[in-house]
Amino acid sequence: MKCEDVSKELIAYLDRRANSAERLEVEEHLLACEGCRKRAEEFRKLWTVLDEVPVQEPSFGFDARLRQRIAAEPRPRWFQWLVPQPRLAFSIALLVALSVWLARVPPSKPALTTDDQFQMIEHLGVLENYDLLSKSDVLAEVPVATTRPADQNDQNTPDDGGGSL
Amino acid sequence: MTRSDVQLMLDVKAGDDESFALLLRRYRTPLVNFLYRMVRDTATAEDLAQEVFLRVYRARKQYSPSAKFTTWMFRIATNLALNSIRDNRYHQMETSIDAPADEDSAPLELPAREMRIDEHMVERDRSDFIRRVVSSLPEKQRVAVLLHKYEEMDYGEIAKILDCSESALKSLLFRAYETLRVQLAPLVAQPVRTSAGEGRAS
Repeated sequence: MKCEDVSKELIAYLDRRANSAERLEVEEHLLACEGCRKRAEEFRKLWTVLDEVPVQEPSFGFDARLRQRIAAEPRPRWFQWLVPQPRLAFSIALLVALSVWLARVPPSKPALTTDDQFQMIEHLGVLENYDLLSKSDVLAEVPVATTRPADQNDQNTPDDGGGSL
Repeated sequence: MTRSDVQLMLDVKAGDDESFALLLRRYRTPLVNFLYRMVRDTATAEDLAQEVFLRVYRARKQYSPSAKFTTWMFRIATNLALNSIRDNRYHQMETSIDAPADEDSAPLELPAREMRIDEHMVERDRSDFIRRVVSSLPEKQRVAVLLHKYEEMDYGEIAKILDCSESALKSLLFRAYETLRVQLAPLVAQPVRTSAGEGRAS
């Protein structure tokens, strides 16, 4: 064991907390090294010097003051569970605010009800019947501003342009 | 039969305030001493000790005996003491830049051995000089020495309080005692005197 290794175990050796193997190693080194032996002896004396510092007793009113402070502490009450904890209250408030905000935001597409969907399916045949649409009065009301011959032909022969809606 | 700290604290948790009074009686002196050696002011040490007990009392419902009671209590005390020292240091820096340096905060001078003995034996008491030297140690080393030397805590407990490994603690303690050995060398060499001026076997 070298001097620097001993330095780590020296305190535990001197206060008798080192295990037997460590003790043996330190003892062997101390027998061989005068410098470490001297240091160990001075550490022992140092501890005696440190013991000279007198014990500081707490003042006379220490316990009374503490009792007073403890008595001033808020006592737990039976209805305490009703009082919300600040973090919990904040979380609930945040959740409520988020729910309200989400409820107020209009959906991007109005959702169709099941009845609407059935109705749409029922009328699907009518919507696909282009013939019916072309003869509808509604189309007659559409003003024809600039009608090109090609367009007219197209209108007269709807089946050629083909394709359902 | 003496109840253990853990048992007393579990009784406090169950609502027995008398057990808290027992813990207070058991630890008020070690705690005030530790804090006094840390902050070197009687009033501050007592205030901090009160705060430690108050925090222990407040935490009674959440207490679980996962660590030794003393480890928990001295960890609270260490944190409070270090915060107090840092706050005080900051306050002093902020308020008294031009004020004359406080005697206690003056850097510790190390004159020749004979001079130091004469100076300190005449001007102040030996024990006050020892306290000054101990309190001039770096914070972590100071806590380690106080808990090791005066509270006689084992290495595992001190390591938990300082949040370091046992191996690091051993090195820390060696460095601290080495500094004290050098700084207190005149006292180590000099025969110990009692208040009556008599020598005492060391």
